[in-house]
Amino acid sequence: MIVTVPLAAIGQAVLAVLAAIGRVSLFALDTISHFLRPPFYPREFAHALQNIGWMSLPVVGLTAIFTGGALALQIYAGGARFNAEAVVPQIVAIGMVRELGPVLVGLMIAARVTSSIAAEIATMKVTEQIDALVTLSTHPMKYLTAPRVLAALITVPLLVGIGDIIGIFGGYVVATGTLGFNSATYLKNTADFLEPLDVISSLTKGAVFGFLAALMGCYYGMNSGRGAQGVGRATKGSVEAAAILILAANFVLTGAFFSL
Amino acid sequence: MIRMQNVKKSFGDKVVLRDLDLHIPRGESMVIIGGSGTGKSVALKCILGLIKPDAGVITVDGQDATTGDRDAFLARFGMLFQGGALFDSLPVWQNVAFRLLRGTLKRPQEEARDIAIEKLRRVGLKSDAADLFPSELSGGMQKRVGLARAIAAEPEIIFFDEPTTGLDPIMAGVINDLIREIVVEMGATAMTITHDMSSVRAIADKVAMLHDGVIQWTGPVAGMDDSGDPYLDQFIHGRAEGPIEAVR
Repeated sequence: MIVTVPLAAIGQAVLAVLAAIGRVSLFALDTISHFLRPPFYPREFAHALQNIGWMSLPVVGLTAIFTGGALALQIYAGGARFNAEAVVPQIVAIGMVRELGPVLVGLMIAARVTSSIAAEIATMKVTEQIDALVTLSTHPMKYLTAPRVLAALITVPLLVGIGDIIGIFGGYVVATGTLGFNSATYLKNTADFLEPLDVISSLTKGAVFGFLAALMGCYYGMNSGRGAQGVGRATKGSVEAAAILILAANFVLTGAFFSL
Repeated sequence: MIRMQNVKKSFGDKVVLRDLDLHIPRGESMVIIGGSGTGKSVALKCILGLIKPDAGVITVDGQDATTGDRDAFLARFGMLFQGGALFDSLPVWQNVAFRLLRGTLKRPQEEARDIAIEKLRRVGLKSDAADLFPSELSGGMQKRVGLARAIAAEPEIIFFDEPTTGLDPIMAGVINDLIREIVVEMGATAMTITHDMSSVRAIADKVAMLHDGVIQWTGPVAGMDDSGDPYLDQFIHGRAEGPIEAVR
């Protein structure tokens, strides 16, 4: 009896996790199926493109430029310990494009977009707006979820691409402005060192992270509890889940692109 | 027209609808009364398919509500929600014309706007309210917009969920009168759930009292005061003593 109680608790926890994975997977499949089945809501989609893509540009740009600058300073200081200061352009480029660009943009999208989607949809649920949509013959998954997830799937890779460029530019400004690097050499080293696979992996990560970020916002919003507390929990849960899934997906994708 | 037979619904251990039987004939205004948490909203949402009953049959014009073309089924209904449930991100006219701007009932934007303004006028709002957002409206105005949205596509059946909750007595009276006028004018079948007795007397042709998951009493509104049913009597007179347990 004493032995079985903790085992039962572990079993219940495992079952709960598996059930959650199953629910999220079904939600994701349902969302994807609505990408392809009419009716479509172009106005909602355009609004989501603007909100997720265009409106995220300032935060993505600022995150990338400061990260690129700090990265240049760190690599320069670290490289100096074994006379390798000259690798700053190459490491900034590879660091931004392969890892920091997609991950930081993904996390900023989780903070900005996932939370906003979850809070908006959860509030709609609490105030019966989701029920109202159904009574007005409008499928909430088609009207709310599909446009947002599709918009994130399209815009986040673009944001990652822009973030990569701005991050490299941040490193360039610091390296040429304060570390004594030659401008033309810095740019040539950056361009020579990057390979197409680096860029492809970066944009692929962006697409996956965008999908996960918007999906988690929609999932937690749609499954929100009642009242202000329900909205708060949905928002918090969505950002936690999106951040963890983005970091886990980053590990898996990095392995798939560069270790196989 | 609408028939619920042996409908049961529980949430976990809590039995909300035990064995609900209800019939609403075409063109009749039925008001469901009952205390808070007795399952009035659940019954209404079961008909619309927003909540799936555990057992029982719900038919509209003899056709099972859970089968067939869902869009065509829902197109027959209009609903006024308790809190209005207006879409915050859309201006008033787009809320009213929501159904007319998309889906099978889609009309050109100008025509949809004209219809929305006409419906707003019908519920006592001027055309300058059309471009406001729901957050800019008072509670009474939100109810009116919700009512305009419920009737915008000329539905055969209209549901009203607590239509006067949160309104002052004068505004509640105005909304009650509007509902009655509109239901009669459109010849619609109406189902209202409320615990406001002034609404019941203004809106109902027939009344059903829901208690303990079943219809405790049903009859014409005129027979409500001398029904002889102790549950209904306690409820309509708002007495703490009686067969309905009042938690103090």
